[in-house]
Amino acid sequence: MDAVLNIWSYITTELPLLGILLKITVIMLPLMILVAYYTWAERKVIGYMQVRIGPNRVGFFGMHLLGLGQPIADAVKLMFKEIVIPTKASPLLFLIAPMLTLGPALAAWAVFPFDEGLVLADVNAGLLYLLAMTSVGVYGIIIAGWASNSKYALLGAMRSAAQVVSYEIAMGFALVGVLVAAGSLNLGQIVQAQSGSLLHWFWLPLLPLFVIYFISGVAETNRAPFDVAEGESEIVAGFHVDYSGMAFAAFFLGEYANMILISALSALMFMGGWLSPFQGTFLEPAFAWVPGFFWLVLKTFVFMFLFLWFRATFPRYRYDQIMRLGWKVFIPITIVWILLVALAVVYQLPWWFD
Amino acid sequence: MLKALTHSIKSLFLLELFKGLGVTGRYFFRPKFTVQYPEEKAPVSPRFRGLHALRRYPNGEERCIACKLCEAVCPALAITIEAEPREDGSRRTSKYEIDLFKCIYCGFCEESCPVDSIVLSRIYEYSMEQNSERVIDKQRLLAIGEQYEAQLAADRAEQAKYR
Repeated sequence: MDAVLNIWSYITTELPLLGILLKITVIMLPLMILVAYYTWAERKVIGYMQVRIGPNRVGFFGMHLLGLGQPIADAVKLMFKEIVIPTKASPLLFLIAPMLTLGPALAAWAVFPFDEGLVLADVNAGLLYLLAMTSVGVYGIIIAGWASNSKYALLGAMRSAAQVVSYEIAMGFALVGVLVAAGSLNLGQIVQAQSGSLLHWFWLPLLPLFVIYFISGVAETNRAPFDVAEGESEIVAGFHVDYSGMAFAAFFLGEYANMILISALSALMFMGGWLSPFQGTFLEPAFAWVPGFFWLVLKTFVFMFLFLWFRATFPRYRYDQIMRLGWKVFIPITIVWILLVALAVVYQLPWWFD
Repeated sequence: MLKALTHSIKSLFLLELFKGLGVTGRYFFRPKFTVQYPEEKAPVSPRFRGLHALRRYPNGEERCIACKLCEAVCPALAITIEAEPREDGSRRTSKYEIDLFKCIYCGFCEESCPVDSIVLSRIYEYSMEQNSERVIDKQRLLAIGEQYEAQLAADRAEQAKYR
């Protein structure tokens, strides 16, 4: 153990770039595996909700193992497929677009604190960075739709652009509420501001913002019931109709990485991040040995499950209703609630802001 | 006015949506209907219309008397029959072929048959790799009939009261 630590301290002091690369690998590798198995979980969960079993054939070493080999098989299949570039497409933009959706979804994890002090870049304006990164993701979709030079793709891209821009505002306002309540843009400090007990987490004082943040997050990631950008029954697959092979897989990975990111951020900003749910109760000493990382992952998984649950439950929103919900419902509610939270903070209202 | 108010309250607190989530949440734990096909198989009705077969009498004599009613009734013209007298003078088919690609499995041939010769069996797992394999001849049909005679006879006996 000491030897490992020695090597680690040597790397971080003498070769800072290598140290950062190693840290990035340590974050990215589990994330990518999680993305792969999230697709498996999605098919399983939706299957179960539709009273069927879902994938259960592909396994390892001749065993079925609940179909756990499915994502690997899918990945291998996609890797060996040809990337078709349509003749009329703009080749450079066509290939940049998938990277532009996947990149920000992964880059956002740089400021994400996994435990107290366990963060790649302890940026003070972490929330701002996150907002910027999640906004850049939509460029990939727009460029993909535009570069494909196809009508369906362009329609999907336009829908997606309008939708994501609309919900970005509601989402931003919800986060403004969080930063007013926490008094900091640093994600670690936002979590610290929630410490106390389960009732001190921001989900309770910021309940409308919490709900709006998560629903906007579903809309941001173009997931059902807000998946008009894909709308396979209307515009085939929306912005990525013309993509195949690994280019398509990059969109897929980006979408799921974004879902995981939104789930993790919801857990971080409204559900107390790595804080134990038993904090402040008589059970706290009994669960003191559980690392904070575990609680964070648990909370994230709950939100990730919600994404799948929503998809299995709700029919797709009509386009004008999506716009109505974003502009006429979410934005007014968030503005009113930010005002209330600001007043509560200024007058140091009990119980949360005293 | 009141209706509008209750509606807006309902939608604001997402009541209907939670109801929907409740339904799918309940179904999540329901026992699943999936039949794990190669290992498990769904039950098949005695009326099932699968692959064709030609039956024989218990004494081994083939039932078909080459009346060509099945050929006449077949809406897809899938059956081809040629007939000539056998050495003992009885009327029998010299060629009885069914084109499985043309066949629509309506069962009219079985309905029309006066001697219960051509029947549709329960077999539904068959495939072919060559185009030429799609036409099955008299030998194949008789062989299928011999192989599954017990099942075929039992199914006909059970269905006799409805015919």
